[in-house]
Amino acid sequence: MVIDEDRCTGCEACVAACHAENNIAIVGDDQAARGRAMHWIRVERYYEGDFPDIKVKYRPVPCQQCSDAPCEPVCPTYASYHNPEGLNAQIYNRCIGTRYCANACPYLVRFFNFFNPVWDKPLDLQFNPDVSVRSVGIMEKCTFCIQRIKAAEIKAKAEKRPLKDGEFNPACVQSCPAEAMVFGDLNDPESQVSRLSGSSRGTKLLEELGTHPEVTYLKRDTWHNEQNA
Amino acid sequence: MNKTPEQINQDLLRPIYHTTWRFYASASILSALVLAAFFAWGYQIYYGIGVSGLDRPVFWAFYITNFVFWIGISHAGTLISAILRVSNATWRRPVTRCAEAITVFALSISAMFPLIHLGRPWLFFWLIPYPSERGIWPQFRSPLLWDFFAINTYLIGSVTFLLLPSFPDFALIRDRAGGWRKKVYSIVSLGWRGTPKQWHRLEMAMRIMAVAIIPVAVSVHTIVSWDFAMAPVPGWHSTIFGPYFVAGAIFSGIAALILAMAILRKTLHLEEYLQPIHFAALGKLLLVMSLLWFYFVFAERLTTWYGNFPSEMPAFWSTQTGSFGPLFWIMIFCNFIIPAPILAIKYLREKIGWTVVASIPIIIGMWLERFLIIVPSLSHKYLPYNYGSYRPSWVEITITVGTFAGMGLLYLIFSRVFPIISIWELKLGMTKGEAPALASQEAATEET
Repeated sequence: MVIDEDRCTGCEACVAACHAENNIAIVGDDQAARGRAMHWIRVERYYEGDFPDIKVKYRPVPCQQCSDAPCEPVCPTYASYHNPEGLNAQIYNRCIGTRYCANACPYLVRFFNFFNPVWDKPLDLQFNPDVSVRSVGIMEKCTFCIQRIKAAEIKAKAEKRPLKDGEFNPACVQSCPAEAMVFGDLNDPESQVSRLSGSSRGTKLLEELGTHPEVTYLKRDTWHNEQNA
Repeated sequence: MNKTPEQINQDLLRPIYHTTWRFYASASILSALVLAAFFAWGYQIYYGIGVSGLDRPVFWAFYITNFVFWIGISHAGTLISAILRVSNATWRRPVTRCAEAITVFALSISAMFPLIHLGRPWLFFWLIPYPSERGIWPQFRSPLLWDFFAINTYLIGSVTFLLLPSFPDFALIRDRAGGWRKKVYSIVSLGWRGTPKQWHRLEMAMRIMAVAIIPVAVSVHTIVSWDFAMAPVPGWHSTIFGPYFVAGAIFSGIAALILAMAILRKTLHLEEYLQPIHFAALGKLLLVMSLLWFYFVFAERLTTWYGNFPSEMPAFWSTQTGSFGPLFWIMIFCNFIIPAPILAIKYLREKIGWTVVASIPIIIGMWLERFLIIVPSLSHKYLPYNYGSYRPSWVEITITVGTFAGMGLLYLIFSRVFPIISIWELKLGMTKGEAPALASQEAATEET
């Protein structure tokens, strides 16, 4: 995945789309105020400068799907594991809730079900049947919408053809009005995501930790700052 | 004063035959607190772990603090007793059993905390490697699994270490008691007859256990420290954690031992057995550990500050001058500034009251130390957008108080079931002419 910080407007459509697609519990304002909100993708806001010359920087952060993920080896039950396609998968049924993975994750993109989830009416009528609902006491996280990946793979296999670039997208990418996010196969050198991630603007989040994230951020370019200066 | 063996028997077996109203009163108060803790745990299992104060990003807090704290306390016993046995310190004889008992109980309590803290505690057995219908082993790369094995090894070792030298004393009770006591102690003394062959085997077993248990004890707390040090969390990922935790564990363990001995001495009238010389000797050890602990804290803080990594500094400053600052400086006072001078002055160290005054703040300070390792680091991880904080809920506080009461209760019951001082070892010391403090200390106390 490639995320262009230059394009992100901070509208949080990705957050809403992710909630709807992945049956993410809505914990309510009380719990959210205690820091228990669950957003598999979040838009981080950073402010630069002093009032009134403030610049706001938005950074959408989903799971970085690290190649060397710190969350994986620490899980005693293999709930957090690396799937053959290179995703950091979370097997909900194996999770016993040690929360070690969440501590080890430097990006804090793992979320814990502190209570059994409840959905206010009429949200209980819009579940996605392709995604399991998580119970109390387990971890959950961004899957890059693995249900969509699998569906597209099955369809392509049935039609006896390879997957096309951009044939499907995770909910956050699909819903981004500014097209700040691009999703695709990094192993395919021709895909849009491969070309963009090679950009000279490309950076990785907390790259110095050696987690080798699969998400590339395109930083705000220098012309942008000059223009605002 | 020189006690005859019969007088020793009577003195040390008295608590087993006679219970006072004080015992029942304190046992019921402690039981009530323990029941409250179990109620709180049940409440948490029923409603979900959200009833605790945990949040994102502070996923570990009170429960893990208690876990590390109680494992630390457990280092009082087996380790100290083993070191004293191996080094043949003759003054150890009246001290070893109450120390070993602390280990067994503190370790049992601490082993409950990983379960209490689980999101789905009813599935804890998935950490056990057994061929199951799920078709997978536990993850052997996870420090939590190392923990599981280390704690179980230590628990089995400590129970063995406590029980082995108890058999001759059980047999003594069996031979003197009547009624139901005779039946019970006949079973638990496992047919001890006191034949030379049995004595020889007991001695061999104790020698092997004393040597074997030392690396186990050191490795247990090292592995506990690796729960933190293996994770790339600012302030956790440090090579100093292994020895730092082991030193801290022995430190808090000795303080707990001094407190336990002082209470036993008063309540069970063991003034002539647990003498100031024992407290002074443990006080010296405690002073060494206090200095060592301070050295570790200083080294850890200085290297972090000097290294000045951007990711480490928010957690660092939050404990020095920020919101966790007061707790940090209380910890320094409790662990070093108060106890070190008291224990360094010979006159004070030889007064039991003063060693207790030095030990109580250490218990508080070492609990705070574990809290300050866990929470400030978790609340200041890398991306500043996700900084958080933590406040314990009544559930966590009740469970924490309950475990302290539970420790008291277990120890109270233990002191009425086991002779709290190893009778045969004490007598053995006397026949060897060691005069473990009984006669020689008598002279010393008369002088002062």
